[in-house]
Amino acid sequence: MLLEVKDLHVRAGDEPILKGVNLEVNAGEVHAIMGPNGSGKSTLAKVLAGHPAYEVTSGSLHFEGDDLSELDTDERARAGLFLAFQYPVEIPGVSNAQFMRQAYNERRKAQGKDELDPLQFDDHIRERMKIVDMDPKFLDRSVNVDFSGGEKKRNEILQMAVLEPTLAVLDETDSGLDIDALRTVAGGINSLSGEDNAVVLVTHYQRILDYVKPDYVHVMTDGQIVKSGDKQLAIDLEEHGYDWVTEEQGAA
Amino acid sequence: MSSNIENFLDQPYEAGFTSDVEMDSFEPGIDEETIRKISAIKDEPQFLLDFRLKAFEHWKTMEEPDWANVSYDKPNFDDIIYYSAPKEKPKKDSLDEVDPAILETYEKLGIPLQEQKMLQNVAVDAVFDSVSVATTFKKQLAEAGVIFCSVNEAVEEYPEIVEKYLGSVVPYTDNFYAALNSAVFSDGSFVYVPKGVTSPMELSTYFRINTQDTGQFERTLIVCEEGSYVSYLEGCTAPQFDTNQLHAAVVELVALEDAEIKYSTVQNWYAGDEDGKGGIYNFVTKRGVCEGDNSKISWTQVETGSAVTWKYPSCILKGDNSVGEFYSVALTNHHQQADTGTKMVHIGENTKSTIISKGISAGVSQNSYRGLVKMMPGAEGARNYSECDSMLIGDRCGAHTFPYIDVRNPSAQVEHEASTSRIGEDQMFYFLQRGIDEEDAISMIISGFCKDVFHELPMEFAVEARKLLGIKLEGSVG
Repeated sequence: MLLEVKDLHVRAGDEPILKGVNLEVNAGEVHAIMGPNGSGKSTLAKVLAGHPAYEVTSGSLHFEGDDLSELDTDERARAGLFLAFQYPVEIPGVSNAQFMRQAYNERRKAQGKDELDPLQFDDHIRERMKIVDMDPKFLDRSVNVDFSGGEKKRNEILQMAVLEPTLAVLDETDSGLDIDALRTVAGGINSLSGEDNAVVLVTHYQRILDYVKPDYVHVMTDGQIVKSGDKQLAIDLEEHGYDWVTEEQGAA
Repeated sequence: MSSNIENFLDQPYEAGFTSDVEMDSFEPGIDEETIRKISAIKDEPQFLLDFRLKAFEHWKTMEEPDWANVSYDKPNFDDIIYYSAPKEKPKKDSLDEVDPAILETYEKLGIPLQEQKMLQNVAVDAVFDSVSVATTFKKQLAEAGVIFCSVNEAVEEYPEIVEKYLGSVVPYTDNFYAALNSAVFSDGSFVYVPKGVTSPMELSTYFRINTQDTGQFERTLIVCEEGSYVSYLEGCTAPQFDTNQLHAAVVELVALEDAEIKYSTVQNWYAGDEDGKGGIYNFVTKRGVCEGDNSKISWTQVETGSAVTWKYPSCILKGDNSVGEFYSVALTNHHQQADTGTKMVHIGENTKSTIISKGISAGVSQNSYRGLVKMMPGAEGARNYSECDSMLIGDRCGAHTFPYIDVRNPSAQVEHEASTSRIGEDQMFYFLQRGIDEEDAISMIISGFCKDVFHELPMEFAVEARKLLGIKLEGSVG
């Protein structure tokens, strides 16, 4: 099993946000986690990556059998856990190529492989850029600075393509994208998911699921996964809205 | 996270050792006799003694300025030693007679002076406390017609050039510390590039304060004749003492028609310990005049040291189409205080100036940018662009910007941009999530922030500057 989340409780400051989340993800699977705003789905994504603003109060997180509570954020990343940010951060003066090469080489070092020099890396990244249909001019630009919303999201998927993570958690990567960008980003995700890795898509809307086919769909409300199913669940949600799940929950 | 960052910042000051060199020093204190004695030791011509005495008379009427955004215990001028020189006087053409302890000092600092170890393509003038102890590559420079020597030597060999230009850019009446320097300056570097000559190598002066109670008052004069070019570098370090030493230098640059001077500084004076004890008071007056049409003066500085810095490298743009540039990175940590910036005075037509200032504050330090852009009535079509960016590390430090703009010509254009940022949790999380550890993240963020300035530094200096900022900031971001 790649990821095992058991009865996870998390709070930010004094406020409890996750109230007993259970989730299992195996290699080769695509999971979608859906839910209304404030349901805790983005928090779950950040907690997996080890964001310092959140405190795990009980429950457990295991990644490839390792207890994540014992790994720092950067160690989790080097172990192959990737988070595509909902709001990618700007880094003035640091070129995209430089940033990604550093990240890539850190991952390679952790895998016991040789680092790539700038020329070797340039070949590698140019080839990966085709996956997300990005112009090589973005290599010399500062990370995310003056990128449009769509370019930032595409840049996140490019980093995923470069780093080839074992588990990619995509936090609302689809939000704010027009239909063409959405298609490109979805295409990138599809071409990167394979038998040895897994993708967890955190999303508010069903529409990205027209392009990325999930094996499982989970619905989160109020800090818990309240319903799980297959692709059909997403379609039902689109039709009936989140209230439908909540009401059903209340009735049950 | 912030404690890691602080550890990262708290790297020991590597240049903080003291060298055991036999020195000839005056008793502390200053009066007319002190000045006559300095002048007599150097066997100076009358014009210079007169210059010193006038400056001293003027200085006595002045008060130490307090407009800068810094607070410190004012130095007691009676406790300062105004002259201190190594006992064995070096011969000018050979290093054989320089005290080996001095050679060793420079070598330890990474500035070897011996022929076989010298840095390629960089001529070095080494100033130890009050005097210049060695200048390398003099012969090669002389063949190109470039004069590079200590000010003392210049006074002896080229008195007419010195008399013509000394005090012409920074008059002794200019300010309190310039007046003091004019009265007691002991040595410094002198550069003269004749008409049409491009200096075949970078020139550099390396200042070292060694004696505990010595003030360093050096004076640098660079004159570039028509159509000539020189790139000059300046480095500074001092031992770790728990008292404060005063460094009050004056630098004057003169660029005639079509001439260009590029002046770069990496300042790493001892900054005091983490409680703010000790360190250098760096009160320096640097100014260049673009005297001729189409001339250019460019200041680049990386300021990482000193307990208190008070420094405004400036350009007087007299010649039409002349260009002034100021690129600055000022880093303060712990209790350091820096009030630094520039003045661009546009006099000629179509003069152009660029100011790029990057301030980084950490610890409980205070970092101020203070700049004046002045467009005189004759400055038709003059333009200025200023960009002042501040970065805060932690939440106990301060960044301040004081831009002054004075425009007296309606066709002149002045543009000012400012920003303040913080290395935030989000930025750090982004790096960490990509597998890049905290130290590398800080150093990448800072290098990125300073990129426009580092870009202006000569190669060797850029590497050194990056390293220096890395060392100074280790452990400080959170």
